[in-house]
Amino acid sequence: MDIQPILSALRKHKIPAALIVLEIALACAVLCNAVFMIGQRVGEIHLSNAIDEGGISDIGVQGINPDTAKADMAAYLAALHSVPGVTAAAQLNSLPLGNNSWNTTVSSSQADVADKDSPNAAEYLLTKDGPAALGLHLLQGRLFNDDEYADSKLSDSYLPTGHVVLVTKSLAERLWPDQNALGKQMWVGKNNHYMVVGVVADVLRPDASRGGLAHFHWSAFFPVSPALGIQEFVVRSAPRDRARILREGIQKLEALSPMVVVQGQTFTEIRNKYFANARSMVWMLVLVCVVMLAVTAFGIVGLTSFWVGQRRRQIGIRRAVGATRAHIMQYFQTENFLLSSAGVAVGMILAFGINLYLMQHYQTTRLPWYYLPVSAIALWVLGQLAALGPALRAANVPPVVATRDG
Amino acid sequence: MFGYYLDLALRSFKRNRVLTALMVLALGLGIGASITTLTVLKLLSGDPLPQKSARIFAPEIDPLPTGNVKPADLWSRWGNLMTYTDAMNLLHARRAERQAVMALASIKIAPQTPGQRAFFSDGVITTSDFFGMFDAGFQYGSGWSVQDDENRARVVVIAGFLNDKLFGGKNSVGQNIRIGDHDYRIVGVLKPWAPQPRFYSVSLGGRGYGNGDAVFLPLQSAVADQVNPQNVNCFDAGADMNHLETAPCAWVSLWVELADASDAGAYKTFLSNYAAQQVALGRVHHSEVALPDLMGYLGQVQVVPDDARLQTSLAFGFLLICIVNTVGLLLAKCLRRSREIGVRRALGATRAAVFAQFMVESGMVGIAGGVLGLIFAELGLWAIRHQPAQYASLAHMDVSMFIVTFMLALVASLVAGLLPAWRACVVAPAPQLKSV
Repeated sequence: MDIQPILSALRKHKIPAALIVLEIALACAVLCNAVFMIGQRVGEIHLSNAIDEGGISDIGVQGINPDTAKADMAAYLAALHSVPGVTAAAQLNSLPLGNNSWNTTVSSSQADVADKDSPNAAEYLLTKDGPAALGLHLLQGRLFNDDEYADSKLSDSYLPTGHVVLVTKSLAERLWPDQNALGKQMWVGKNNHYMVVGVVADVLRPDASRGGLAHFHWSAFFPVSPALGIQEFVVRSAPRDRARILREGIQKLEALSPMVVVQGQTFTEIRNKYFANARSMVWMLVLVCVVMLAVTAFGIVGLTSFWVGQRRRQIGIRRAVGATRAHIMQYFQTENFLLSSAGVAVGMILAFGINLYLMQHYQTTRLPWYYLPVSAIALWVLGQLAALGPALRAANVPPVVATRDG
Repeated sequence: MFGYYLDLALRSFKRNRVLTALMVLALGLGIGASITTLTVLKLLSGDPLPQKSARIFAPEIDPLPTGNVKPADLWSRWGNLMTYTDAMNLLHARRAERQAVMALASIKIAPQTPGQRAFFSDGVITTSDFFGMFDAGFQYGSGWSVQDDENRARVVVIAGFLNDKLFGGKNSVGQNIRIGDHDYRIVGVLKPWAPQPRFYSVSLGGRGYGNGDAVFLPLQSAVADQVNPQNVNCFDAGADMNHLETAPCAWVSLWVELADASDAGAYKTFLSNYAAQQVALGRVHHSEVALPDLMGYLGQVQVVPDDARLQTSLAFGFLLICIVNTVGLLLAKCLRRSREIGVRRALGATRAAVFAQFMVESGMVGIAGGVLGLIFAELGLWAIRHQPAQYASLAHMDVSMFIVTFMLALVASLVAGLLPAWRACVVAPAPQLKSV
């Protein structure tokens, strides 16, 4: 189809044409960035976490009397083991995505300890059966043996006195790139080192993205014997048993020590709480995108209808001299396509500009290039659909209009 | 004339009901989204102590013994967090009108009556000037004294809501409550006090917005009784966590109130001298110091969540799209009425009169859009109150935002109306009349 007549017609309607282009450009720019933000947050929510999320329940016990702590905690663990359906139970200092976090700088050599580029990793301290209670997924090496739990105490600096550690795959790759991590020494401060006995699949840290902490998969697991401070009791069961096990477990613990404060939640609840803000932001962004596209579409419908109304006579003349309905339809669809293309072109530049601004002022990364063609196609489709109604009405203009006045 | 324009506008709306409804709806959505996010942003970036925030300062030193991190980077992350030693040295120097050192802690409160269970409450462990400096008013009793601080007295101030829960709202001053494993004597009960943002809590590992704290204990008494602070940052892996007073860990913050904002220079000099002295002693590495005032501090630690600011930008982007949309639709409407304009002009209406007529029409769209926007904004705020965010319960519209809504709607619609009205008033009457 020849676009020359369309261009010369548009030249006569510079302002309405410019308005459509501007509207599509703005919609394209906002859409690109909003969809990118949605993608980032959805990516965060779906970060891999190699534990048995569906089977874990957590019972936190606070306010344990220090004088009787040892015997009390042994009794709690025994009580939890006795709840029907519990397949494993152990004590942990903190949980992935939980609100209690222990972090430390780790390094692959004693000399690098004070280096500011040394990674900051989450410390998970777990008692006997901890890996089974969490459902850690061992990739390489071995888990801890019983002696390693028994010999490791919690020091005054809240570090385990043992000398072994399990690291996640991401942390192993960060500390010893292109090397086998097994058997290597991981340093925590100048005086503590731990030998890597195993590598586990990536587990999220407690504060996965909060507080500017670097990598959400940098976690290390240490064996420790029960101590004050290791007060999250993690039990594993079939997913359907979790609610009952939490209820019965809390009852038992409360009966054992009337003075402690016991709070329980399933891991699913921990996850939902952690990502609640991200999820509501996603829905808010989706809502804005949908409403924005609807407004843009109605704007196009309105202006195109006006155009059709204005050109009824010209359409009638074209029909009278032999143009088919399809020709008229094609004319308006092509015109819309041209305007959309111009809008999308301006919109892409705008989208990149907004992205650059966001990168400077927020924790955002560069907009991947493929967002641009995708949102361009989205707006082309939207434009074509919006123009469809008015174009059909134009195609229905009878040739006889040409003979009428005005 | 204005009345006549109103009448004309109403007639025009009646003729194009769908188009008018679309314009009002789009504008209403844009205004609603903008006002919702703006209300939240205004609330989040508010002044927690409007009557004295210019005189409240956060002394900042860099407590790290090595020089890897730039002080400015550290402060944006840690705020005025420092070691116990530094904070107490600066407190005891008493160089400001008022000064207080503080940390947050979860406080276990044993039940008053047998059979009930113990519970944990949000607590602040601090020094005596806290209440006077931060304008926390008392319902009963008062705060504790400097002597109580130094003598590690087991005294406590509780919030009104905790007093309601424990003592049914009666004057409980003089009564004991069991905190951890010790009895503390209540010396004061606060009136409702919850400044927003919770500026003092941000660097201490607490939430930025939301409810006030329940229990306030003297810092030195709490330390003696092994109360664990919420946020401890140690810069030596060998730090003894059971003796935080001397450990190489930053876990307390210091706030000062100066008699006048102009005294900040003198206090900063004092702070610099202190840091230089500590560098000479080899305790710290950097001698740089900073002394932001309260609002400056909130900017530095970025208390307003990124998401809230992003949402506001997004909403205004959306409003811009709605305005462009309205421009287009108004233009279409008014160009369709070229003949009517031609007739009016031919009958003696000036260009200014035609311009005014169309601006009145746009303004009416704006007012209708504003009313609709107000409804959408109330809906939006209602939705935000049901969100999980810390600040959710605070999201309410106030009188100023109510006025801003209509101003925004009117300005948006008049800006949108400029182009169409200008196009309308330059319509040449003759060709339009010819074709009638």
